[in-house]
Amino acid sequence: MAGSIQSLERAAAILRLLAGGERRLGLSDVSSALGLAKGTAHGILRTLQQEGFVEQDPDSGKYQLGAELLRLGQSYLDVHELRARALVWADDLARASGETVYLGVLHQRGVLIVHHVFRPDDTRQVLEVGSMQPLHSTALGKVLTAFDPVARAELVESEREAFTPHTHTDLDAIDAEAAAIRERGWASAVEETWTGVASIAALIQDRRRNPVGAVALNGPVERVCLPEPDGTAGPVRPELVVSVREAARSISRDLGAPRF
Amino acid sequence: MTTSNGQYIAAIDQGTTSSRCIVFGADGRIVAVDQQEHSQIFPQPGWVEHDAEEIWTRVQSVISGALAKAGLTRDDIRAIGITNQRETTVLWDKNTGKPVHNALVWQDTRTEDLCKELGRNVGQDRFRRETGLPLASYFAGPKIRWLLDNVEGLRERAERGDILFGTMDTWVIWNLTGGVDGGKHVTDVTNASRTMLMNLHTLEWDDKIAESMDVPMSVLPEIRSSAEVYGEAVGELAGVPVASALGDQQAALFGQTCFDVGEAKSTYGTGTFLLLNTGEKVVNSYHGLLTTVGYRIGDQAPVYALEGSIAVTGSLVQWLRDQLGIISTAAEIETLASTVADNGGAYIVPAFSGLFAPYWRSDARGVITGLTRYVTKGHLARAVLEATAWQTREVVDAMEKDSGVTLSALKVDGGMTSNNLLMQNIADVLDVPVERPFVAETTALGAAYAAGLAVGFWPDVDTLRANWHRAAEWTPRMDEETRESEYKNWLKAVERTMGWIEEDQPTGH
Repeated sequence: MAGSIQSLERAAAILRLLAGGERRLGLSDVSSALGLAKGTAHGILRTLQQEGFVEQDPDSGKYQLGAELLRLGQSYLDVHELRARALVWADDLARASGETVYLGVLHQRGVLIVHHVFRPDDTRQVLEVGSMQPLHSTALGKVLTAFDPVARAELVESEREAFTPHTHTDLDAIDAEAAAIRERGWASAVEETWTGVASIAALIQDRRRNPVGAVALNGPVERVCLPEPDGTAGPVRPELVVSVREAARSISRDLGAPRF
Repeated sequence: MTTSNGQYIAAIDQGTTSSRCIVFGADGRIVAVDQQEHSQIFPQPGWVEHDAEEIWTRVQSVISGALAKAGLTRDDIRAIGITNQRETTVLWDKNTGKPVHNALVWQDTRTEDLCKELGRNVGQDRFRRETGLPLASYFAGPKIRWLLDNVEGLRERAERGDILFGTMDTWVIWNLTGGVDGGKHVTDVTNASRTMLMNLHTLEWDDKIAESMDVPMSVLPEIRSSAEVYGEAVGELAGVPVASALGDQQAALFGQTCFDVGEAKSTYGTGTFLLLNTGEKVVNSYHGLLTTVGYRIGDQAPVYALEGSIAVTGSLVQWLRDQLGIISTAAEIETLASTVADNGGAYIVPAFSGLFAPYWRSDARGVITGLTRYVTKGHLARAVLEATAWQTREVVDAMEKDSGVTLSALKVDGGMTSNNLLMQNIADVLDVPVERPFVAETTALGAAYAAGLAVGFWPDVDTLRANWHRAAEWTPRMDEETRESEYKNWLKAVERTMGWIEEDQPTGH
């Protein structure tokens, strides 16, 4: 190829080799597999190591792919970009459902509210952008935990407070529900954080299908849930689930995610 | 007239960069949108033109597109409303329907010298008492004059009565109602109020001003209200009443349902336009604002407005992105600004082409002041957002001085309303709540509302008001002492922009 740089070609070949079957390779494995002089291979590996693209195991001296490569692969989505793209759809969800809408992203050990649309009844409401909600007991948090391994790891570390008698704090129960959430694609939380409040949430994905956030609808149990014959709150209303999932899909589509 | 039972209103929004058709339901919610951009023609620096025929083609196409997306036919559409980029000027031959020249866009500055000449010894306020406007290159009257002077043989054709003038509302309505086959040659009071040819008090063309500008009255359209049936459409929407026209900023005022004296809206885009309803009173501005017609519904009394425009708001964020490369998307300005707690003492005054309302100083140029070793790009990002907030404050202060009305809340719309920090900042520096409504498309909504009122689709403005719902509200959090000291610093920074351009220096850069 005209104008190509040999050392970059060799570096790319080394990265490809390390990404293949064997996870860790020694210097001689690399040089013989690619037909390079040991000194050349070592020089390239050392440079890649400095850049964080390759790591060397301190005990065995063998090489493997570095964390920097993974970071490169993950697209970074600015939360304010997320809000700008979601604005129309979040407004529409609030207006169609008559309930409060939130957009949340994983932040430290909780859900950071990055967008909040008022319930459209013109009552006094306070903008909650910038506030935090718990991961284990809100629909937003449950969706993020179910789809984002990082969120799951944060949840394990976090203190899981029992806000109401309905809050799940046991990790096994949470994991079982997360599996169900992954299966059906949405989460609900009925009186698990706030008494009298039910919420429904669905995942927002970027163009690489990375989980970047979630959109949720919050409202009183009486409006969000179907009533059981005995008058208690039953499951959440399916038509509201449809609206939340449609909003999540529309936002994801505006972020460039492929059609579902 | 009409027997349609249509349950929808179609609004045509003929804007500076694109034309859109939006179909609204009775509750003001959007049913379908179609949009098409048109070419921007730059024949030389400072000149901006549009091809009016292309615009009409685009308008027809977005009407079809929106109907198709909504799955509706003309029988479902009760009325059509028009809103448009203001002041953009086209002249055409009424026998052929062909424009005689590209339309001169509001941003086009070719009439600057002509405006100076028209000001003569009186200055730029020569026609202000009658029209509410200073002599500036935006307005349509001098653009007509330029075309008559510069297109060969045009003045003779105009004097023979073959030539029609229109802003984009007039051009769209004339074509929509039949063009050469009986198209209605009309404009509405809001668009007419941007020509510098209409007397604000009588709402009629001022023949003395027309004579001073050397514009024959025969080219001018009939001035009608903003909400009445001008005629019936032909083509795709055959038989549907064309029932409103409003300039874009006035349409946003209407869409935000600012129907009471003292209600104001601010639209935050690349620039910002703030309009305050002053009721039936024509308020003269002594603080650099424009006096304009807000709207007129049928034969009701006209409602006037004060307008303050800020040239550089969103475009300052774009400058940071495109020219400095400090951010990669506009939304990132908030992320960067959130990395710091305050402006670190830095202030940016974006007087890129002079200071506009309320100063009107063309000798000013932008400054960044208060720089110390401590200042980071985060502080500059904050200063960028604060510049928009303080410029809003200055326009609001001017409005209060001119009208005596104290603002109790500000209704906002436009792309920058997704910037939470900015909206909070505006609430902080104005010391009033800032409210964002649900429908972001307030401009098209305003045109739809006016058309719907004209045909009885909505009974009255109270019904429209009931459609307005708050989607977000930012309440002031800044203490009085901080607000006052920050405002003082801002005013000091503004002072430092003035007099940069010397008298004999070219003003271009």
